[in-house]
Amino acid sequence: MAVIRDPAIQALQMAVVVLLAPALTGLVRKVKARLLRRRGAPIVQPYRDLLRLLRKEAVLAENASWLFRAAPYLIFAATWVAAALVPTFATGLLFSWSADLIVIIALLGSARFFLALAGMDVGTSFGGIGSSREVMIASLAEPAMLMIVFTLALIAGSTQLSTIAAFMGSPAVGLRVSLGLALIALVIVALAENARIPVDNPATHLELTMVHEAMVLEYSGRHLALIEFAAALKLLLYVSLIACLFLPWGLAPAGDGPAAMAIGIVSYVAKLALGGVMLAVFETTIAKMRVFRVPQFLGAALMLGLLAVLLRFVSTSL
Amino acid sequence: MTVVIVLGCVGALLLTSAAALAAAGAKAATALVYTACLAASAVIAAAALSGLVADAASSEITLPLGLPWIGAHFRADALASFFLTVTGLGGAVTSLYAVGYGSHETAPHRVLPVYPAFLAAMNLVVLADDAFTFLLCWEFMSLTSWALVMAHHREPGNARAGFIYLMMASFGTLALLLGFGLLAGPQGGYEFAAVRAARHPEAALILALALAGAGSKAGLVPLHVWLPLAHPAAPSHVSALMSGVMTKVAVYGFIRIVFDLLGAPGWWSGMVVLAFAAATALLGVLHALMQHDLKRLLAYHTVENIGIIFIGLGLALAFRADGMPGAAALALAAALIHVLNHSLFKSLLFFGAGAVLTETGERNMEHLGGLIHRMPLASLAFLVGCVAISALPPLNGFVSEWLTFQAILLSPAVPQWGLKILIPAVGAVLALSAALAAACFVKAFGVTFLGRPRSAAPAKAGEADGFSLAAMFTLAGLCVLAGILPGFVIDALAPVTRDLVAGRMPLQHVLPWLTIVPISESRSSYDGLLVFVFIGISALISATAIHRLASRAVRRAPAWDCGYPDPSALTQYTAGSFAQPIRRVFGTVAFRAREHIAMPPPGEAVAAVLRVELHDPLWETLYTPLGELVAAAADRLNAFQFLTIRRYLSIVFTLLVLLLLVLAIWL
Amino acid sequence: MTSLDFDISHLLAGSLVLVSFMLLYQDRLYALLNLYALHALTLALAVAWQARIQHAPHLYVTAAIALGFKAIVIPGALRRIVARLGIHREIETAVGIGLTMLAGMALVALSMVVMLRVTSGAAGAVAREDLALALAVVLLGLLMMVTRRNAVSQVVGFMSLENGLVLAATGAKGMPLVVEISVAFSVLIALIVVGIFLFRIRERFDTVDIAALDQFRGERR
Repeated sequence: MAVIRDPAIQALQMAVVVLLAPALTGLVRKVKARLLRRRGAPIVQPYRDLLRLLRKEAVLAENASWLFRAAPYLIFAATWVAAALVPTFATGLLFSWSADLIVIIALLGSARFFLALAGMDVGTSFGGIGSSREVMIASLAEPAMLMIVFTLALIAGSTQLSTIAAFMGSPAVGLRVSLGLALIALVIVALAENARIPVDNPATHLELTMVHEAMVLEYSGRHLALIEFAAALKLLLYVSLIACLFLPWGLAPAGDGPAAMAIGIVSYVAKLALGGVMLAVFETTIAKMRVFRVPQFLGAALMLGLLAVLLRFVSTSL
Repeated sequence: MTVVIVLGCVGALLLTSAAALAAAGAKAATALVYTACLAASAVIAAAALSGLVADAASSEITLPLGLPWIGAHFRADALASFFLTVTGLGGAVTSLYAVGYGSHETAPHRVLPVYPAFLAAMNLVVLADDAFTFLLCWEFMSLTSWALVMAHHREPGNARAGFIYLMMASFGTLALLLGFGLLAGPQGGYEFAAVRAARHPEAALILALALAGAGSKAGLVPLHVWLPLAHPAAPSHVSALMSGVMTKVAVYGFIRIVFDLLGAPGWWSGMVVLAFAAATALLGVLHALMQHDLKRLLAYHTVENIGIIFIGLGLALAFRADGMPGAAALALAAALIHVLNHSLFKSLLFFGAGAVLTETGERNMEHLGGLIHRMPLASLAFLVGCVAISALPPLNGFVSEWLTFQAILLSPAVPQWGLKILIPAVGAVLALSAALAAACFVKAFGVTFLGRPRSAAPAKAGEADGFSLAAMFTLAGLCVLAGILPGFVIDALAPVTRDLVAGRMPLQHVLPWLTIVPISESRSSYDGLLVFVFIGISALISATAIHRLASRAVRRAPAWDCGYPDPSALTQYTAGSFAQPIRRVFGTVAFRAREHIAMPPPGEAVAAVLRVELHDPLWETLYTPLGELVAAAADRLNAFQFLTIRRYLSIVFTLLVLLLLVLAIWL
Repeated sequence: MTSLDFDISHLLAGSLVLVSFMLLYQDRLYALLNLYALHALTLALAVAWQARIQHAPHLYVTAAIALGFKAIVIPGALRRIVARLGIHREIETAVGIGLTMLAGMALVALSMVVMLRVTSGAAGAVAREDLALALAVVLLGLLMMVTRRNAVSQVVGFMSLENGLVLAATGAKGMPLVVEISVAFSVLIALIVVGIFLFRIRERFDTVDIAALDQFRGERR
């Protein structure tokens, strides 16, 4: 029974993340539009955009190399694999042991590495500006993320996501200040990693303020579709990560029946919707920062992570 | 058994060296010498590896060389076998590369005779089993590498690099000499077996001397200053050897002294090592980001990686002192795997830099660009090296950093408060330096190989030669293999950790799907193979699906660039502009970086000039005052050069009397 | 004591440290004063919680004082002073924010190592940890006074320091109410003195940047 069920759950998870990712992006855009008293595009608009982009021919710059063409597939694949390993509706994923939380973060790092290289490939100034700012942001966001992982690992005694999620759902957690700090830091890192306001503006077309959009400026057609898809998946991944770590209720434990699965999926969709709405509200209430304010913002996340680790030590010592 | 084979190969290398001295002028000499080195090093690697994997008992031999009443002791135990594998592998691949690269050498008579001797010296250091032999071989290694650094001594800056290297090498050997003196104790037991058996009350002093001696050779901050000068000055294959292999021999020296000979120093030793290691990792990568010279950038990354290795060693020391053999084995294994990994990808990257140098004559990244079109294969191999050194999964650099993080996560079990707080901070530094390394290699690869050529030279470059490519792809393949099958490497290290910290990691290669589980599966696990396969399959699925179902049409057009494409390649992002955000964030604190803009007055047709001012804090606070002190002292002593004979005699006489007086009072 | 009691007191004390960090991070004056109010509010909550778990009703008075004076009166007064003086809203820092935060982290680590070592086995769990965190708050307040040029932010730093002292005092069982009240009043008096002082600096030098004082003393030309 388990021989069939476990791969089926894993396959379902891979399908679910791909199917839901554009909807989350669409939801965020819709809510933002409504908050600005615009009607906004329907939630399914990102699906239409992706399909249309996929069908178009790809226009390559004259001196684009093979790396430029291969990068979108690698970026998409790495992000997809990372997203498929985060428990979304069930914890007992078949392959969840093949990558712990550190590996998932590092996989996203691999995707970013290739994206930054692709930005440099054509040799335009916008691509370069995007790549250089992206790696600057990443150089602060990654250590902050690892401090968050440390905090969680110190509390749960594991870096395995399914174990942490199970622990966070149990009453043994209690109220911990470290977790609160880690949550704030994780939200900051998620905003930076997904190029959201106040770090970057996903809707901007004012060139000098772009980071992510500047890197992908030369992409078109199916390549652009894949990169946008990967960005949507990454947003979904971070919302799922926050949900699975800090709101683990409703996650179907390993070996449960279809009823638990159904509850898991429903609660997962509800959590995603909640996350999307909160992100939209947050983005409408805050202004974008200057680029050189971002290091302070992310530095604060790093400090919160360190503080969380330190405070964690105080409460274990007793 | 191993020791005999390796010594035989070392003998062959020394003979090759002598033969090369005689026949350096001959046309075929380059290929012959490097082929001989390739064969000898390959045999060394094979013998050492088989000894390590089979967990063979340590083999030793005493040769009637050196001091007559001591002889020269050689021994190959598990630790030595591991490091012999690294030196042998590095030597073999470098020799393969050099068969092709060496044909471009302008001064073969300066390189060919020394190169085999340098290889031999590194292997001998690892084999040595008494202090005298060890120091002799260590100094031989320093001198041969110095000779190789000075091969192109007429190029600007190389003479200074060689001078500074020689000074630091002498300082390091002095520290080691004193350290071994303390280790041997009043009885003067210079054989390692005797040293091991003795007790060492001056552990702190010995640790400091070992850190200074081995650390100066490895490039530990603040003794790293010679490394980024000397490594790039040598011919590229020698740079690869110095960065990839010689620094590892230095790490070996540290492990041998501190873990093996010294016994068990207290937990403070781990704290000291961790502090220096974290500073090394961070400062190395920050320096690397500021460099525009491709080889110097790589050399600074060696400093960073040495820091990462020493972080693992510091953790192992701390865990061992606190009686946590399992954790110590994990940390030590992480450090040793990083030793292997770094020797693989750093050699690969220096090979790539060498290929770029021979094809374009340029090391300055600001004059390069667009090489991916001219050298597609070399750039692919270089890219693999970049991904590996940036600690990105599924390649090998990630495995060792992941294991180090797992070791760091064991820190709550340590009883000392200082360590408890220091170790997570070191973890933050490690994460920061890993992220900065990724940024740095986006810069290195992006500016050198991507974009458009920034000068005429890279526009005319051609593909590297076959031997170079073979060597580069061998290493790239090994990087991938070590990344997706790390379990075998961990298992092979079990005898080393058992000998040194009396613990071992769980057996890995029997686990399903070749996953690695450092402690227990509920705690953490990583499967490079599956991650690699998953990424491959997902990329393949998406590519096939899109090409089949959606569109595969491609059109070439001018770059879009927001509607303002500029045909001049000078408007591209340069290495300096790429590093600017990071320079502003970190450099203003670490290097007191300032930007000066000289703007011409309106109406004048002069280019505006942007000048970046950087200060090396260590050089200015430590080495410049030291140099001034030495110069001032030399000035004072200068007067002694111009005295009459009578004065000299009276000085000698006074000193003699004074010494006799001291003796008279003392006794 | 149940683990939930412990967790909540830890949460509140930790939050106080966090708000101290936010004070360090903040570089606008009005936001700084709001944060100080939050600091005092957190302190009031922490003290009230101590009162509950120690069954010490007089601590409720302390909490009320913290809430009334420190969270409402003092920030309000400072806000009026800032408005009357028309001071620059941006705070000039003597040391960069990143470095200040790093130094702050080091201070927190230091205070934990020191306190947990010194008090090992001496007092109850809550008291030990409160002492460690309170020392951290005190040190962070001092750090803020050292790294800021603006007199108003120095005042805020001083008062956050005082909050740390109150936290330390309430953690230990049986602190007399008198001490607390006298401390609170002394701070109030200090505030008044500082307020007058601010007006004087302002009248003389047209700024509240204390670097102007150095110049007056002839230390910096």
